[in-house]
Amino acid sequence: MICQECNQRPATLHFTKIVNGEKTEIHLCEQCAHEKGEMFMFPHQGAFSINNLIAGLLNMDASLKEQKAPSFHNEHVLQCERCKMTYAQFVKVGRFGCANCYETFRSHLPPIFRKLHGGHVAHEGKIPKRVGGTLYVRKQIGQLKQMLQELIAKEQFEKAAEVRDQIRELEAKLNTEGGASLYE
Amino acid sequence: MNEHLFFQRALSPWMNEEGPDSDIVLSSRIRLARNMKRYSFPTVFTNEEAIQIVQLFEQLFSQKQFGDLGPFVLLKMNELQAIEKRVLVEKHLISPHLAEDCTFGACLLSEQEEASIMINEEDHIRIQCLFAGFQLKEALKMANALDDWIEQHIDYAFDEKYGYLTSCPTNVGTGLRASVMMHLPGLVLTQQMNQIIPAINQLGLVVRGTYGEGSEALGNIFQISNQITLGKSEEDIVEDLTGVVRQLIEQERMAREALVKTSNIQLEDRVYRSYGVLTNSRIIGSKEAAQCLSDVRLGIDLGYITNVPKTILTELMILTQPGFLQKYAGGALRPQERDVRRASLIRERLYQWK
Repeated sequence: MICQECNQRPATLHFTKIVNGEKTEIHLCEQCAHEKGEMFMFPHQGAFSINNLIAGLLNMDASLKEQKAPSFHNEHVLQCERCKMTYAQFVKVGRFGCANCYETFRSHLPPIFRKLHGGHVAHEGKIPKRVGGTLYVRKQIGQLKQMLQELIAKEQFEKAAEVRDQIRELEAKLNTEGGASLYE
Repeated sequence: MNEHLFFQRALSPWMNEEGPDSDIVLSSRIRLARNMKRYSFPTVFTNEEAIQIVQLFEQLFSQKQFGDLGPFVLLKMNELQAIEKRVLVEKHLISPHLAEDCTFGACLLSEQEEASIMINEEDHIRIQCLFAGFQLKEALKMANALDDWIEQHIDYAFDEKYGYLTSCPTNVGTGLRASVMMHLPGLVLTQQMNQIIPAINQLGLVVRGTYGEGSEALGNIFQISNQITLGKSEEDIVEDLTGVVRQLIEQERMAREALVKTSNIQLEDRVYRSYGVLTNSRIIGSKEAAQCLSDVRLGIDLGYITNVPKTILTELMILTQPGFLQKYAGGALRPQERDVRRASLIRERLYQWK
Protein backbone atom coordinates (compact mmCIF):
# COMPACT_ATOMS: atom_id res chain seq x y z
CA MET A 1 0.00 0.00 0.00
CA ILE A 2 1.23 3.48 -0.91
CA CYS A 3 1.06 6.40 1.49
CA GLN A 4 -2.06 8.43 0.76
CA GLU A 5 -0.33 11.70 1.59
CA CYS A 6 2.78 11.68 -0.59
CA ASN A 7 1.73 8.88 -2.95
CA GLN A 8 5.37 7.81 -3.10
CA ARG A 9 6.56 5.85 -0.09
CA PRO A 10 4.94 2.67 1.17
CA ALA A 11 2.41 3.21 3.94
CA THR A 12 3.67 1.69 7.19
CA LEU A 13 1.22 3.26 9.63
CA HIS A 14 -2.47 2.50 9.47
CA PHE A 15 -5.07 4.28 11.53
CA THR A 16 -8.78 3.94 11.89
CA LYS A 17 -10.57 7.07 12.97
CA ILE A 18 -14.14 6.97 14.19
CA VAL A 19 -15.86 10.32 14.50
CA ASN A 20 -19.62 10.33 15.25
CA GLY A 21 -19.88 6.76 14.04
CA GLU A 22 -18.21 7.63 10.75
CA LYS A 23 -15.21 5.46 10.05
CA THR A 24 -12.19 6.69 8.11
CA GLU A 25 -9.08 4.70 7.39
CA ILE A 26 -5.77 6.47 7.07
CA HIS A 27 -2.63 4.96 5.56
CA LEU A 28 0.57 6.91 5.88
CA CYS A 29 4.31 6.49 5.64
CA GLU A 30 6.22 7.36 8.78
CA GLN A 31 7.46 10.66 7.39
CA CYS A 32 4.07 11.99 6.41
CA ALA A 33 2.59 10.80 9.68
CA HIS A 34 5.19 12.88 11.48
CA GLU A 35 4.52 15.87 9.32
CA LYS A 36 0.80 15.60 9.86
CA GLY A 37 1.55 15.22 13.50
CA GLU A 38 -2.02 14.75 14.65
CA MET A 39 -1.52 11.16 15.70
CA PHE A 40 1.50 11.77 17.85
CA MET A 41 2.25 14.35 20.43
CA PHE A 42 5.92 14.17 19.42
CA PRO A 43 8.00 12.37 16.88
CA HIS A 44 9.50 10.00 19.34
CA GLN A 45 11.27 7.39 17.30
CA GLY A 46 14.69 8.34 18.66
CA ALA A 47 14.09 6.68 22.00
CA PHE A 48 12.87 3.51 20.36
CA SER A 49 15.70 3.02 17.97
CA ILE A 50 18.37 3.73 20.58
CA ASN A 51 16.75 1.24 22.91
CA ASN A 52 16.70 -1.40 20.25
CA LEU A 53 20.25 -0.71 19.23
CA ILE A 54 21.58 -1.14 22.74
CA ALA A 55 19.54 -4.26 23.32
CA GLY A 56 20.85 -5.57 20.00
CA LEU A 57 24.37 -4.82 21.02
CA LEU A 58 23.98 -6.60 24.34
CA ASN A 59 22.40 -9.60 22.69
CA MET A 60 25.10 -9.84 20.09
CA ASP A 61 27.74 -10.25 22.73
CA ALA A 62 29.02 -13.78 22.13
CA SER A 63 30.14 -14.30 25.71
CA LEU A 64 26.62 -13.62 26.90
CA LYS A 65 25.13 -16.13 24.53
CA GLU A 66 27.47 -18.84 25.68
CA GLN A 67 26.48 -18.11 29.19
CA LYS A 68 22.81 -18.20 28.50
CA ALA A 69 22.51 -21.70 27.18
CA PRO A 70 24.51 -23.88 29.56
CA SER A 71 23.98 -22.07 32.82
CA PHE A 72 20.33 -21.37 33.23
CA HIS A 73 20.87 -21.04 36.95
CA ASN A 74 23.46 -18.40 36.54
CA GLU A 75 20.93 -16.10 34.99
CA HIS A 76 18.67 -16.62 37.91
CA VAL A 77 21.46 -15.78 40.28
CA LEU A 78 22.27 -12.64 38.37
CA GLN A 79 19.62 -10.42 39.81
CA CYS A 80 20.14 -7.08 41.49
CA GLU A 81 19.32 -7.46 45.16
CA ARG A 82 18.10 -3.93 45.46
CA CYS A 83 15.86 -3.24 42.50
CA LYS A 84 15.33 -6.90 41.52
CA MET A 85 16.33 -6.32 37.92
CA THR A 86 17.70 -9.47 36.31
CA TYR A 87 20.49 -9.50 33.80
CA ALA A 88 18.06 -10.74 31.16
CA GLN A 89 15.82 -7.74 31.80
CA PHE A 90 18.79 -5.40 31.60
CA VAL A 91 19.72 -6.84 28.22
CA LYS A 92 16.16 -6.47 27.03
CA VAL A 93 15.54 -2.86 28.04
CA GLY A 94 19.13 -1.62 27.80
CA ARG A 95 18.79 0.32 31.07
CA PHE A 96 20.14 -0.26 34.56
CA GLY A 97 17.62 -0.30 37.40
CA CYS A 98 19.76 1.29 40.11
CA ALA A 99 23.33 2.02 41.16
CA ASN A 100 23.65 -1.47 42.62
CA CYS A 101 22.98 -3.08 39.20
CA TYR A 102 26.45 -1.93 38.17
CA GLU A 103 27.83 -3.98 41.08
CA THR A 104 25.69 -7.02 40.31
CA PHE A 105 26.46 -7.10 36.59
CA ARG A 106 30.03 -5.86 36.99
CA SER A 107 31.78 -8.80 35.34
CA HIS A 108 29.65 -8.41 32.20
CA LEU A 109 30.11 -4.69 31.75
CA PRO A 110 33.59 -4.16 30.26
CA PRO A 111 32.80 -5.66 26.82
CA ILE A 112 29.59 -3.65 26.64
CA PHE A 113 31.25 -0.39 27.60
CA ARG A 114 34.14 -1.06 25.27
CA LYS A 115 31.72 -1.24 22.35
CA LEU A 116 29.71 1.80 23.34
CA HIS A 117 32.61 4.04 24.31
CA GLY A 118 35.25 3.49 21.68
CA GLY A 119 37.27 0.94 23.64
CA HIS A 120 37.21 2.76 26.98
CA VAL A 121 36.24 0.93 30.15
CA ALA A 122 37.18 3.31 32.97
CA HIS A 123 36.12 6.80 33.99
CA GLU A 124 38.70 9.54 33.51
CA GLY A 125 36.73 12.65 34.32
CA LYS A 126 35.25 14.59 37.20
CA ILE A 127 35.05 13.13 40.68
CA PRO A 128 32.41 14.40 43.09
CA LYS A 129 33.96 15.97 46.19
CA ARG A 130 31.89 14.25 48.84
CA VAL A 131 30.94 10.88 47.40
CA GLY A 132 34.25 10.54 45.58
CA GLY A 133 35.96 10.63 48.99
CA THR A 134 39.59 9.53 48.92
CA LEU A 135 39.52 9.20 45.15
CA TYR A 136 38.99 12.92 44.81
CA VAL A 137 41.95 13.63 47.09
CA ARG A 138 44.15 11.07 45.34
CA LYS A 139 43.40 12.75 42.04
CA GLN A 140 44.15 16.16 43.52
CA ILE A 141 47.49 14.85 44.79
CA GLY A 142 48.26 13.49 41.34
CA GLN A 143 47.58 16.86 39.75
CA LEU A 144 49.65 18.71 42.36
CA LYS A 145 52.57 16.33 41.85
CA GLN A 146 52.49 17.04 38.14
CA MET A 147 52.41 20.75 38.88
CA LEU A 148 55.38 20.29 41.22
CA GLN A 149 57.44 18.68 38.48
CA GLU A 150 56.65 21.51 36.11
CA LEU A 151 57.56 24.15 38.67
CA ILE A 152 60.87 22.43 39.44
CA ALA A 153 61.63 22.22 35.74
CA LYS A 154 60.98 25.97 35.50
CA GLU A 155 63.14 26.50 38.60
CA GLN A 156 60.33 28.24 40.44
CA PHE A 157 61.33 26.77 43.77
CA GLU A 158 59.36 29.03 46.06
CA LYS A 159 56.09 28.08 44.42
CA ALA A 160 57.21 24.47 44.25
CA ALA A 161 57.71 24.45 48.02
CA GLU A 162 54.15 25.68 48.50
CA VAL A 163 52.80 22.94 46.29
CA ARG A 164 54.93 20.36 48.12
CA ASP A 165 53.40 21.45 51.42
CA GLN A 166 49.93 21.14 49.97
CA ILE A 167 50.71 17.60 48.82
CA ARG A 168 52.04 16.67 52.28
CA GLU A 169 48.94 18.05 53.91
CA LEU A 170 46.63 16.03 51.67
CA GLU A 171 48.70 12.88 52.08
CA ALA A 172 48.63 13.25 55.83
CA LYS A 173 44.85 13.47 55.68
CA LEU A 174 44.70 10.28 53.64
CA ASN A 175 47.08 8.35 55.86
CA THR A 176 46.19 9.32 59.40
CA GLU A 177 42.47 9.26 59.15
CA GLY A 178 42.06 6.76 56.36
CA GLY A 179 40.27 9.47 54.48
CA ALA A 180 37.38 9.35 56.94
CA SER A 181 37.31 13.07 57.52
CA LEU A 182 37.03 13.62 53.81
CA TYR A 183 33.55 12.23 53.73
CA GLU A 184 32.21 15.00 55.93
CA MET B 1 8.70 35.53 38.60
CA ASN B 2 5.80 35.02 36.24
CA GLU B 3 6.10 31.47 35.00
CA HIS B 4 3.76 32.12 32.08
CA LEU B 5 6.68 33.79 30.35
CA PHE B 6 8.25 30.35 29.83
CA PHE B 7 5.32 29.46 27.58
CA GLN B 8 4.79 32.82 25.89
CA ARG B 9 8.16 33.91 24.60
CA ALA B 10 9.61 31.87 21.77
CA LEU B 11 13.11 33.25 22.18
CA SER B 12 14.67 32.44 25.49
CA PRO B 13 16.30 35.63 26.81
CA TRP B 14 19.79 34.09 26.46
CA MET B 15 19.17 33.69 22.72
CA ASN B 16 19.13 37.46 22.25
CA GLU B 17 22.78 37.68 23.16
CA GLU B 18 25.18 37.46 20.31
CA GLY B 19 27.71 34.78 21.10
CA PRO B 20 31.05 34.12 19.37
CA ASP B 21 30.79 32.80 15.80
CA SER B 22 27.05 33.31 15.93
CA ASP B 23 26.87 33.63 12.14
CA ILE B 24 27.24 29.84 12.09
CA VAL B 25 26.92 28.43 15.59
CA LEU B 26 23.43 29.17 16.88
CA SER B 27 23.86 27.72 20.36
CA SER B 28 26.03 25.53 22.59
CA ARG B 29 24.65 23.09 25.12
CA ILE B 30 26.07 20.98 27.94
CA ARG B 31 24.08 18.27 29.63
CA LEU B 32 25.17 16.32 32.71
CA ALA B 33 23.33 13.14 33.76
CA ARG B 34 23.35 12.36 37.48
CA ASN B 35 21.60 9.88 39.73
CA MET B 36 21.03 9.52 43.42
CA LYS B 37 22.58 6.66 45.31
CA ARG B 38 19.65 5.71 47.48
CA TYR B 39 16.85 5.66 44.92
CA SER B 40 16.20 3.25 42.08
CA PHE B 41 16.64 4.82 38.65
CA PRO B 42 13.54 6.24 36.93
CA THR B 43 13.18 3.12 34.74
CA VAL B 44 12.05 1.10 37.75
CA PHE B 45 11.43 3.47 40.66
CA THR B 46 8.07 3.58 42.45
CA ASN B 47 5.72 6.55 42.30
CA GLU B 48 6.47 7.25 45.96
CA GLU B 49 10.18 7.44 45.25
CA ALA B 50 9.55 9.74 42.30
CA ILE B 51 7.40 12.09 44.35
CA GLN B 52 9.98 12.15 47.16
CA ILE B 53 12.72 13.12 44.71
CA VAL B 54 10.69 16.01 43.29
CA GLN B 55 9.89 17.21 46.83
CA LEU B 56 13.55 17.06 47.72
CA PHE B 57 14.48 19.31 44.80
CA GLU B 58 11.58 21.62 45.47
CA GLN B 59 12.96 22.22 48.97
CA LEU B 60 16.56 22.35 47.83
CA PHE B 61 15.94 25.05 45.27
CA SER B 62 13.25 27.07 47.00
CA GLN B 63 14.35 30.61 47.73
CA LYS B 64 17.89 29.92 46.68
CA GLN B 65 19.60 32.46 44.44
CA PHE B 66 22.27 31.22 42.08
CA GLY B 67 24.36 34.27 41.36
CA ASP B 68 23.56 35.54 37.89
CA LEU B 69 21.12 32.72 37.30
CA GLY B 70 18.72 34.00 39.95
CA PRO B 71 16.13 31.72 41.50
CA PHE B 72 14.86 28.59 39.75
CA VAL B 73 11.20 27.91 39.06
CA LEU B 74 9.97 24.35 39.48
CA LEU B 75 7.42 23.07 36.96
CA LYS B 76 5.80 19.69 37.56
CA MET B 77 4.86 17.75 34.45
CA ASN B 78 1.54 16.53 35.84
CA GLU B 79 0.48 20.12 36.51
CA LEU B 80 1.14 21.38 32.98
CA GLN B 81 -1.16 21.27 29.99
CA ALA B 82 -0.10 19.22 26.97
CA ILE B 83 0.47 22.35 24.86
CA GLU B 84 2.58 23.97 27.58
CA LYS B 85 4.80 20.89 27.77
CA ARG B 86 5.13 20.86 24.03
CA VAL B 87 6.19 24.51 24.01
CA LEU B 88 8.98 23.71 26.50
CA VAL B 89 10.10 20.87 24.22
CA GLU B 90 10.15 23.14 21.18
CA LYS B 91 12.35 25.57 23.08
CA HIS B 92 14.66 22.65 23.92
CA LEU B 93 14.18 23.32 27.63
CA ILE B 94 12.93 19.80 28.30
CA SER B 95 13.04 16.54 26.37
CA PRO B 96 10.08 14.93 24.61
CA HIS B 97 10.59 11.95 26.95
CA LEU B 98 10.08 14.09 30.06
CA ALA B 99 7.01 15.78 28.60
CA GLU B 100 5.34 12.68 27.35
CA ASP B 101 6.30 9.72 29.51
CA CYS B 102 7.37 11.02 32.90
CA THR B 103 4.23 11.53 34.98
CA PHE B 104 6.29 12.45 38.04
CA GLY B 105 8.85 14.39 36.11
CA ALA B 106 9.64 18.02 36.78
CA CYS B 107 12.01 20.69 35.62
CA LEU B 108 13.76 23.57 37.29
CA LEU B 109 14.23 26.58 35.04
CA SER B 110 16.37 29.64 35.55
CA GLU B 111 14.79 33.02 34.80
CA GLN B 112 16.72 33.57 31.57
CA GLU B 113 16.19 29.91 30.61
CA GLU B 114 19.91 29.28 30.14
CA ALA B 115 19.84 26.57 32.78
CA SER B 116 17.30 23.80 33.08
CA ILE B 117 17.41 20.83 35.42
CA MET B 118 15.17 17.94 34.52
CA ILE B 119 14.10 15.74 37.40
CA ASN B 120 13.05 12.09 36.94
CA GLU B 121 13.67 11.91 33.24
CA GLU B 122 15.72 8.88 32.18
CA ASP B 123 18.05 9.79 35.05
CA HIS B 124 17.10 11.40 38.35
CA ILE B 125 18.91 14.60 37.48
CA ARG B 126 19.80 16.12 34.14
CA ILE B 127 21.52 19.48 34.28
CA GLN B 128 21.40 21.43 31.04
CA CYS B 129 23.07 24.74 30.25
CA LEU B 130 22.54 26.66 27.02
CA PHE B 131 24.63 29.50 25.65
CA ALA B 132 24.29 31.62 22.52
CA GLY B 133 26.91 31.07 19.83
CA PHE B 134 30.00 28.96 20.29
CA GLN B 135 30.55 28.85 24.06
CA LEU B 136 30.90 25.21 25.07
CA LYS B 137 33.50 25.92 27.74
CA GLU B 138 31.35 28.57 29.37
CA ALA B 139 28.39 26.20 29.32
CA LEU B 140 30.50 23.44 30.91
CA LYS B 141 31.63 25.84 33.61
CA MET B 142 28.08 26.73 34.51
CA ALA B 143 26.92 23.11 34.45
CA ASN B 144 29.83 22.13 36.70
CA ALA B 145 28.97 24.87 39.18
CA LEU B 146 25.37 23.69 39.41
CA ASP B 147 26.55 20.10 39.67
CA ASP B 148 28.93 20.98 42.54
CA TRP B 149 26.18 22.78 44.38
CA ILE B 150 23.74 19.88 44.06
CA GLU B 151 26.46 17.45 45.12
CA GLN B 152 26.84 19.27 48.43
CA HIS B 153 23.30 18.24 49.29
CA ILE B 154 22.78 14.95 47.51
CA ASP B 155 24.69 11.66 47.46
CA TYR B 156 25.34 10.88 43.82
CA ALA B 157 25.58 7.37 42.44
CA PHE B 158 29.29 7.28 41.66
CA ASP B 159 31.68 4.40 41.10
CA GLU B 160 35.48 4.58 41.30
CA LYS B 161 35.86 2.69 38.07
CA TYR B 162 32.81 3.71 36.06
CA GLY B 163 32.32 7.27 37.26
CA TYR B 164 28.81 8.73 37.39
CA LEU B 165 26.33 5.89 37.11
CA THR B 166 23.51 6.45 34.66
CA SER B 167 20.38 4.63 33.69
CA CYS B 168 21.58 4.04 30.14
CA PRO B 169 25.04 2.53 29.55
CA THR B 170 25.63 5.08 26.76
CA ASN B 171 25.89 7.92 29.31
CA VAL B 172 28.03 6.31 32.01
CA GLY B 173 31.27 7.95 33.13
CA THR B 174 31.03 11.69 32.75
CA GLY B 175 27.31 11.69 31.96
CA LEU B 176 28.24 14.53 29.65
CA ARG B 177 26.64 15.36 26.35
CA ALA B 178 28.08 18.44 24.71
CA SER B 179 26.37 19.71 21.59
CA VAL B 180 26.31 22.65 19.25
CA MET B 181 23.57 23.73 16.90
CA MET B 182 25.00 24.91 13.60
CA HIS B 183 23.45 26.65 10.61
CA LEU B 184 25.26 25.22 7.58
CA PRO B 185 23.51 26.41 4.41
CA GLY B 186 26.80 26.84 2.53
CA LEU B 187 27.85 23.24 3.04
CA VAL B 188 24.39 22.00 2.11
CA LEU B 189 24.16 24.16 -1.04
CA THR B 190 27.60 23.04 -2.19
CA GLN B 191 26.59 19.46 -1.41
CA GLN B 192 29.42 18.78 0.98
CA MET B 193 27.34 17.74 3.96
CA ASN B 194 26.89 14.19 2.65
CA GLN B 195 30.63 13.65 2.80
CA ILE B 196 31.15 15.50 6.05
CA ILE B 197 28.59 13.60 8.13
CA PRO B 198 30.20 10.13 7.81
CA ALA B 199 33.64 11.64 8.48
CA ILE B 200 32.42 13.24 11.70
CA ASN B 201 30.73 10.01 12.75
CA GLN B 202 34.06 8.25 12.51
CA LEU B 203 35.46 10.60 15.13
CA GLY B 204 32.98 9.41 17.73
CA LEU B 205 30.70 12.39 17.21
CA VAL B 206 27.11 12.43 16.03
CA VAL B 207 25.52 14.78 13.49
CA ARG B 208 21.81 15.07 13.07
CA GLY B 209 19.12 17.51 12.04
CA THR B 210 17.82 19.54 14.93
CA TYR B 211 14.30 19.92 13.68
CA GLY B 212 12.56 17.13 11.86
CA GLU B 213 13.86 13.87 13.28
CA GLY B 214 15.59 11.42 11.01
CA SER B 215 18.10 12.12 8.32
CA GLU B 216 16.69 15.40 7.10
CA ALA B 217 17.82 18.66 8.63
CA LEU B 218 15.09 21.28 8.47
CA GLY B 219 16.39 24.77 7.88
CA ASN B 220 19.96 23.50 7.36
CA ILE B 221 20.36 23.35 11.14
CA PHE B 222 22.53 20.50 12.39
CA GLN B 223 23.32 19.35 15.87
CA ILE B 224 26.77 17.93 16.53
CA SER B 225 27.46 16.15 19.79
CA ASN B 226 29.81 13.68 21.46
CA GLN B 227 28.92 10.01 21.60
CA ILE B 228 31.52 8.74 24.04
CA THR B 229 31.10 9.59 27.72
CA LEU B 230 33.46 7.08 29.35
CA GLY B 231 37.25 7.18 29.42
CA LYS B 232 37.69 10.84 28.53
CA SER B 233 37.64 13.83 30.82
CA GLU B 234 34.94 16.48 30.47
CA GLU B 235 37.52 18.95 29.22
CA ASP B 236 38.82 16.52 26.59
CA ILE B 237 35.32 15.75 25.34
CA VAL B 238 34.60 19.46 24.95
CA GLU B 239 38.04 20.04 23.41
CA ASP B 240 37.53 17.28 20.80
CA LEU B 241 34.12 18.59 19.84
CA THR B 242 35.47 22.15 19.73
CA GLY B 243 38.18 21.12 17.27
CA VAL B 244 35.68 19.60 14.86
CA VAL B 245 33.27 22.53 15.17
CA ARG B 246 36.14 24.95 14.45
CA GLN B 247 36.86 23.08 11.24
CA LEU B 248 33.21 23.05 10.25
CA ILE B 249 33.02 26.81 10.81
CA GLU B 250 36.02 27.26 8.51
CA GLN B 251 34.51 25.00 5.85
CA GLU B 252 31.16 26.74 6.02
CA ARG B 253 32.79 30.18 5.70
CA MET B 254 34.76 28.96 2.69
CA ALA B 255 31.64 27.50 1.09
CA ARG B 256 29.78 30.80 1.58
CA GLU B 257 32.67 32.76 0.11
CA ALA B 258 32.81 30.44 -2.89
CA LEU B 259 29.06 30.79 -3.41
CA VAL B 260 29.25 34.57 -3.31
CA LYS B 261 32.17 34.53 -5.72
CA THR B 262 30.76 32.11 -8.27
CA SER B 263 27.04 32.72 -8.13
CA ASN B 264 26.40 35.97 -6.33
CA ILE B 265 23.31 36.97 -8.29
CA GLN B 266 21.78 33.50 -8.05
CA LEU B 267 22.34 33.51 -4.31
CA GLU B 268 20.89 36.97 -3.90
CA ASP B 269 17.92 35.93 -6.02
CA ARG B 270 17.37 32.89 -3.84
CA VAL B 271 17.52 34.93 -0.65
CA TYR B 272 15.04 37.53 -1.90
CA ARG B 273 12.68 34.93 -3.34
CA SER B 274 12.57 33.25 0.04
CA TYR B 275 12.04 36.60 1.71
CA GLY B 276 9.21 37.18 -0.73
CA VAL B 277 7.61 33.85 0.11
CA LEU B 278 7.83 34.48 3.84
CA THR B 279 6.42 37.99 3.63
CA ASN B 280 3.60 37.12 1.24
CA SER B 281 2.46 33.52 1.51
CA ARG B 282 -0.92 32.67 3.00
CA ILE B 283 -0.28 28.95 3.49
CA ILE B 284 3.14 27.55 4.36
CA GLY B 285 4.28 24.13 5.62
CA SER B 286 7.00 23.74 8.23
CA LYS B 287 9.47 22.37 5.69
CA GLU B 288 9.16 25.25 3.24
CA ALA B 289 9.14 27.79 6.06
CA ALA B 290 12.36 26.31 7.46
CA GLN B 291 14.09 26.43 4.08
CA CYS B 292 13.05 30.02 3.44
CA LEU B 293 14.07 31.09 6.93
CA SER B 294 17.46 29.50 6.40
CA ASP B 295 17.87 31.44 3.13
CA VAL B 296 16.88 34.72 4.77
CA ARG B 297 19.26 34.12 7.65
CA LEU B 298 22.05 33.44 5.14
CA GLY B 299 21.04 36.66 3.37
CA ILE B 300 21.42 38.56 6.64
CA ASP B 301 24.83 36.99 7.32
CA LEU B 302 26.01 37.89 3.82
CA GLY B 303 24.70 41.43 4.05
CA TYR B 304 21.97 41.23 1.38
CA ILE B 305 19.27 41.82 3.94
CA THR B 306 19.92 44.46 6.56
CA ASN B 307 16.53 45.27 8.05
CA VAL B 308 15.87 41.92 9.78
CA PRO B 309 17.64 40.81 12.97
CA LYS B 310 19.74 37.64 12.99
CA THR B 311 17.66 35.95 15.65
CA ILE B 312 14.79 35.65 13.16
CA LEU B 313 15.79 32.13 12.12
CA THR B 314 15.87 30.69 15.63
CA GLU B 315 12.84 32.60 16.74
CA LEU B 316 10.59 31.70 13.84
CA MET B 317 11.84 28.10 13.72
CA ILE B 318 10.59 27.73 17.29
CA LEU B 319 7.53 29.92 16.92
CA THR B 320 6.20 28.00 13.93
CA GLN B 321 6.39 24.57 15.57
CA PRO B 322 2.99 22.98 16.20
CA GLY B 323 3.02 23.58 19.98
CA PHE B 324 3.63 27.30 19.74
CA LEU B 325 1.19 27.73 16.88
CA GLN B 326 -1.52 26.08 18.92
CA LYS B 327 -0.59 28.05 22.00
CA TYR B 328 -1.09 31.24 20.00
CA ALA B 329 -4.28 29.97 18.43
CA GLY B 330 -5.54 29.09 21.88
CA GLY B 331 -6.41 25.51 21.01
CA ALA B 332 -5.80 22.49 18.81
CA LEU B 333 -5.27 23.12 15.10
CA ARG B 334 -5.53 20.72 12.20
CA PRO B 335 -2.46 20.49 9.96
CA GLN B 336 -4.01 22.66 7.21
CA GLU B 337 -5.05 25.27 9.76
CA ARG B 338 -1.52 25.24 11.14
CA ASP B 339 -0.08 26.07 7.72
CA VAL B 340 -2.38 29.08 7.44
CA ARG B 341 -1.58 30.16 10.96
CA ARG B 342 2.15 29.68 10.37
CA ALA B 343 2.05 31.88 7.26
CA SER B 344 0.24 34.71 9.01
CA LEU B 345 2.52 34.53 12.04
CA ILE B 346 5.63 34.78 9.88
CA ARG B 347 4.15 37.68 7.90
CA GLU B 348 3.27 39.55 11.07
CA ARG B 349 6.70 39.01 12.55
CA LEU B 350 8.56 40.10 9.41
CA TYR B 351 6.27 43.10 8.91
CA GLN B 352 7.77 44.58 12.08
CA TRP B 353 11.11 44.95 10.33
CA LYS B 354 9.90 46.39 7.05
